[in-house]
Amino acid sequence: MVPISYYLFLAAALFCLGMFGVLVRRNALVVFMCVELMLNAANLTFLAFARMRGDTIGHVSAFFVIAVAAAEASIGLAIVIAVFRSRGSVNIEDIKTMKH
Amino acid sequence: MNIEQVLFGAFAVLTLLSASLVIFAKSPISSAMALVSTFFFLAGIYVLLWAHTVAALQVLVYAGAIMVLFLFVIMLLNLGEEAAGPRLTFSRILGGGAAIGLFVVLALAIARVPNRVQSLSLAQQQTFGTLRAIGESIFTTWLLPFEAVSLLLLVAMVGAVVVAKSRI
Repeated sequence: MVPISYYLFLAAALFCLGMFGVLVRRNALVVFMCVELMLNAANLTFLAFARMRGDTIGHVSAFFVIAVAAAEASIGLAIVIAVFRSRGSVNIEDIKTMKH
Repeated sequence: MNIEQVLFGAFAVLTLLSASLVIFAKSPISSAMALVSTFFFLAGIYVLLWAHTVAALQVLVYAGAIMVLFLFVIMLLNLGEEAAGPRLTFSRILGGGAAIGLFVVLALAIARVPNRVQSLSLAQQQTFGTLRAIGESIFTTWLLPFEAVSLLLLVAMVGAVVVAKSRI
């Protein structure tokens, strides 16, 4: 039996990797992928606590997170396509119209 | 050391390796491919946590549907490799420091979590994590959130078409 805290450490490491990617990468698509990594870390935490408590509410939460991630990915990629069409780039440093 | 610990160690190391490949890969295509393998290894970890249904959903929805969407957009935009190499800029050092700091805080918090795992009763072992148990929970207790999520997906679908279409 693997202790639950190992799963939680793995989820924390995955979340921090995703956060590092969001902060560091300049390609909007890779930033979206790193957001998916962070959502997966949250899912892993839900499932680890569900196993620890022995109920299935964590599984239901993970199901909702997956559905919201699908919606987020479709909207986000549509925005990326629209921005690429008007600016010709997906570098998030080039997109600064809303700055100030 | 039993088989569960060996599997957990292997899946954990492979998950972290492919997750870092997502971040450090140069071309977006290889990032996406590394993300697919991350999802598969995570599905293995979910199975170790008795979450078979969520593992199946992970492979079907994440590795199947969402990643196809990602690859489609990457190929549609025809993105090449990034010109800039691994420069060590101020923002990158700051980002790395923030990530490491967050991990230290989370690890300190996790170390205080009581490490008791509820052993599943024989009846629970039959039902825990099955599609039937999760479906009953969703369609009785969580019916309103479920309907809200279906509405959310409809809105996202229509919104994606409206945003990505050049002229309507």
